Formats: sequence, structure tokens, C-alpha cells
Amino acid sequence: MAILTFREALGQAMYEEMERDPSVFLMGEEVAQYNGAYKVSKGLLDKFGPERVIDSPISEAGFAGLGVGAAMTGLRPIIEMMTWNFGIQGFDQIINHAAKMLYMSGGQFPIPMVIRGPNGAAHMLSSQHSQSVDPFLTNVPGLKVVCPATPADGKGLLKAAIRDNNPVCFLESEMMYGMKGEVPDGEFLIPLGVGEIKKAGSDVTIITWGKIYHKVVKAVEHIEKEFGISVEILDPRTLLPLDENLIFQSVRKTHRVVIVEEAWGFASVGAQISDRIHNMCFDELDAPVERVSTDFVPVPYNEALEHEVLPNEDKIVKAVRRVIYAD
Amino acid sequence: MSSKVKKTVPDQAHPLVALYKEMLYYRRFEERVLVAYTNQKFSGFCHVHIGQEALCVGVQKCLRPTDYMISGYRSHTQAIAKGIPGHQVFAELFGKVTGCSRGKGGSMHMFSKEHRFLGGHGIVGGQAPLATGAAFRIKYMKEDDIVVCYMGDAAMNQGQVYEVMNMAATWDLPVLFIVENNQYGMGTDIRRTTSVDHLYKRALAFDMDHSMVDAMDVETVIQHVDKIVKKMRKDKKPYLLEAKCYRYKGHSVSDPQNYRTKEEVAEWLKKDPVLVLGEKLKAEKLATEDLLESWDDEIKTRVRADEQFADESPNPDLSEAWMHVYLD
Repeated sequence: MAILTFREALGQAMYEEMERDPSVFLMGEEVAQYNGAYKVSKGLLDKFGPERVIDSPISEAGFAGLGVGAAMTGLRPIIEMMTWNFGIQGFDQIINHAAKMLYMSGGQFPIPMVIRGPNGAAHMLSSQHSQSVDPFLTNVPGLKVVCPATPADGKGLLKAAIRDNNPVCFLESEMMYGMKGEVPDGEFLIPLGVGEIKKAGSDVTIITWGKIYHKVVKAVEHIEKEFGISVEILDPRTLLPLDENLIFQSVRKTHRVVIVEEAWGFASVGAQISDRIHNMCFDELDAPVERVSTDFVPVPYNEALEHEVLPNEDKIVKAVRRVIYAD
Repeated sequence: MSSKVKKTVPDQAHPLVALYKEMLYYRRFEERVLVAYTNQKFSGFCHVHIGQEALCVGVQKCLRPTDYMISGYRSHTQAIAKGIPGHQVFAELFGKVTGCSRGKGGSMHMFSKEHRFLGGHGIVGGQAPLATGAAFRIKYMKEDDIVVCYMGDAAMNQGQVYEVMNMAATWDLPVLFIVENNQYGMGTDIRRTTSVDHLYKRALAFDMDHSMVDAMDVETVIQHVDKIVKKMRKDKKPYLLEAKCYRYKGHSVSDPQNYRTKEEVAEWLKKDPVLVLGEKLKAEKLATEDLLESWDDEIKTRVRADEQFADESPNPDLSEAWMHVYLD
């Protein structure tokens, strides 16, 4: 077990999978000579050469689609989007082509492909660089959507995503690349669609994923210390397919749920989870499900305004207190 | 074989005869498809290739089975040319489980992994990145196949087509982009939407090899494309071919065709690739009127058998609706 940053863990996953399977290649903007805009692909060009680590032009629709065509003909592309905001340029290829190919061809053409990059707000990047795409992508059958919160999960899930036979959208975060954590060495895979109880608790379940998980952890420290409330933290890790059983089990234990997501809450993953809980665990609930999400405005530039509209510790604490009727 | 040799019995093994019969088969196939559609035997969108047979037949003659092909939504006969049996294409139109996409694609989405037909696609220009990806695979695996990417003229105003033309030209990816310029993007005359008079000029922006061919004549197509394909196998570079042609029917079955004159259609009908070659066969004593008629009867029988197969095939089990969303 080594202590790695999130970026090192992702880089290690790609390194190991490229070493293991010659059909895996990496393409994206600045992934090769520049070693990655966020240095996730550092060292891969030196190890695997320019045939397998390819700097693309700034043409997200084009190289996303190139990946789909390569996957149709037997390769296993990893397509890096410098951010998922740019990845939206490639949505035609991801949604109209990658997600539909196996189905429309009656099972003949699987698309074993990973599209990965940072998602959500970083810090003061304004509206076009701060969007969360998880609600858009999870609305599409045929895609898998993964959103890890820790370096270990990043490695285990990325290795599993590269070996998966379906298009997997892998959502990272600029703010997480420098975060450190213990990461198992070598062959370490986390199956897609399996969530994890990150912290056991008895009074309230907080369901959260990705970068915002770390704000939840801080908020929970505060809540447990100040208010004596025991909080369980559940990270589904994969948003599509969703580990519903793990969610239902936790709800049956704590009977109170707060969903914290960094995304617009209208028709979002959080809305979907809430719907499933109300349908499947109605009699188990001691309070309506509470939700914390990004305010329904484009993300502003100004630091105070940005803080105001994104989920933050204060909002999380308040939601927990609401769900236990403390306020 | 010289066509100057006097024959008492026409030579039915002559290559021109085979080309004629193949084009006639596609003509009759698509006509039968239109009848079936009109009789409401199937629904959805239906785009036929009538008038554009010479390109489909001619290009295929220059390829080998391991080459890849991909196309847009007007691709019934290209799929057959690439090797998918006609009865499986007909069954796909009828949404039957015996169709080449198990009844889940329909008219716009014929697929065959076996024959390396990477699909008919419904998003204009969307197939160009896929074609470029297949060509990337060829380079990655150090193979010497090529990819034929058919597009309509209207695809030449889609941004992602140029994104990948740039990549293919920069990285030497062997895609033969063939623009079937039938001169109308649905109901819009290409001249009303496009800055250049000839679409092949768009290749100049990428330093990409390019040319134009009269796609109403199958022999011209073969001679022209054969040279391109041989060149591409050597230099591995992409190529943009503008194939000038004309569709005799509307964009789709529901198209009233108010955007073009009867005179224009009549002028192009004089160049009908099937009729012109039929006349040539007679002139060169490779066929007689009686023989042409008997071939037509044979082909109509074959097309009826294709349709009958589709008619008699079962629908997919309802459970198929939930299959092939993901692969384990």
C-alpha cells in the first residue's frame, strides 16, 4: 500500500492497463508531450511511445468519435477530455454513437471505451468551466458513469472501467488531483456498480460522490462533535448503474437521508436516488429525504458568489439538522 | 475480353454483364422496398438509393473483403454490396429478428461485423469520426486495409467531418471519404448552403488528396476508384472523392420534391446508370432485349424472395427490447 495523489493513482491505473493490454491507448489534448494538462498521464509517453499516447488537436467531437470507431474495430481507447465542459462538444459521439452502437447493431458492435476528465467546479473558473455533467450522462442508457472520491477508488474504478466492454464516462475533479490517500499496489479493481459505506453511522445517511465527498467528511466531523449525531456516509462510486441495494440497506438502518451532490438538482442523480428511496423505502423513512445541490444558476466567477451557489459545509450541516428535525 | 469480337451468343460471363445485373438488382430491390413501404408493410424513415447504383457497385469492385465500410442513412444497397445478404437487409427493414441488426436498427442502421460494414448512421456526418477511428485501428495494428466512408453532400457542412479530416490528414489514416453529391441536402439545393462550387475543394484545407468522378457510370467509377485505392494502400493517406450523382426519388418516401424541376429530373434520367449500361450491352452485342428482360425477371424473382424471407421471419421476442444495452 502506497500513499499516492489522486492523479498518481489514475496514472498508475492507465500505466498498468496499458502494460497489460496492447489494445489500450490514450488520446486527448496535451496528454503526451505536455504529460497531461493536470499531469495525470505523466510518464506514459516515455513508457508507451507516440503510437499509444497521442496528443490530439482541440477537436473533442472528432477525437471522441475516433475513439468510438477504434472501439468498434477492436481497440480499447481511453479518451481524455481536458474538462468535461469541453467533453460536451463530444456529446454527439458519446450519446448518439457510443451509447447506441451495441443496441442498434443488434449486439454486434460493443464500445469498450473510457472517456475521462475533470467534472464540476474547480475554483473561480466561471460558468463554462464549472459544470457537472453527471445528470446529463446518467440519463442515457448504454453509458456507464463513474465518479470516484478517493485515490484508491480512482485507481480501482479506472482499471475496471478500462476492462469494461461498454462506454464508461469517468468523472474526476481538478481539485482532487493533488489529494493523497492509501492506494493498493498492482492488481486492484473495484467492480463498477458497487458502492461503499465510507463511514458507518446510525442516525442519518448522507449519500454523496466525487469531490463534494470531502466537504461532506468535514461537515460530518463538525456535526458529530457539535450535535452528537451519528452520520453514515455512503458513496455509490458508480452513478450508472447505481448500487440501489446498498442505498436501501442504509436507509433501512438510519431512516433519514441527506443527498449531497455538486450538480444542478433539477432532474439530477440526487433527484433519482430520492425517488427510488421514496418508492422502495417509504415506510422506513422518519423524514422526507433532504437534498443539497448546486443552486440553479450558472456557476459565477466571484469567489464569494461561487461559494454561495455550490454545496458547502454550512448547507450540509443545515440539511442534516433539518432531516432530524433539530431546527 | 474484347467487345469487338462478333458473337452469336452473348457472353454472359462478361464483367459488364455482372455489373449490369448487380446494379439492376439494387434498382429492383429499392423499388420493391418503396412498394412495401407504400403498402405500409413497414414504417419509420425510408431513404432509397435509386439512381446512385453505379457508385455503390463500382466502389465495391475496388475493395477487398477486409476493408471497412461505413455510411449514412441511405445505405441499403451499400450494405448488400459489402456482403450482407439482401434478404437480411429486407428483414431489417421489416424489423424482423432475422434482420442484419436483429430488427433494432431499421432502414437507417444496417450493420455487419462479419462483413465489416460499420453501419448506416442517422446523424449527418457522424459516421466520419467513426471511419477515422477504424482507420486509426488499421494504422495502430499496422494493417493495410482501408476504410470507405460514404457521406451525403450535406454532411460536408458538419463541423466534426472537418475535425477528423484534419486528424486523418495529419496522422496518415487511410479513410476514403466519398461524398455522394446528389446535389440536395434533403430539400435544399447544395448551392444555397455551400460556399464552394465543388465539394472536393474542401480537401484543399487539409492538404488532402482529392478528385471528382462522374458517378452515373459504373465503368468510370471503377477505373477512377481503383487508382485511388491502390494509391491509398501504398501511401496510407486519406482521400476525398466527390462523386457526382443524382437521386431519382425524393429524400425520403414522404418528400413531395417541390424543390426541383421536372426538366432537371428528366435531364438526369437520360444518364440512368442502369439503362445506359443496358443499352451499351445491346450495342456491344453482349445482350439482347430478350436477354435483358429475362435477367430482369430473374432479378425480380430474387427480390421477391428477399421480401418473402422478411415477410415470413418472426418479430423479435419482446425480451429483445432489453437486450444489447450493455455487454457484460
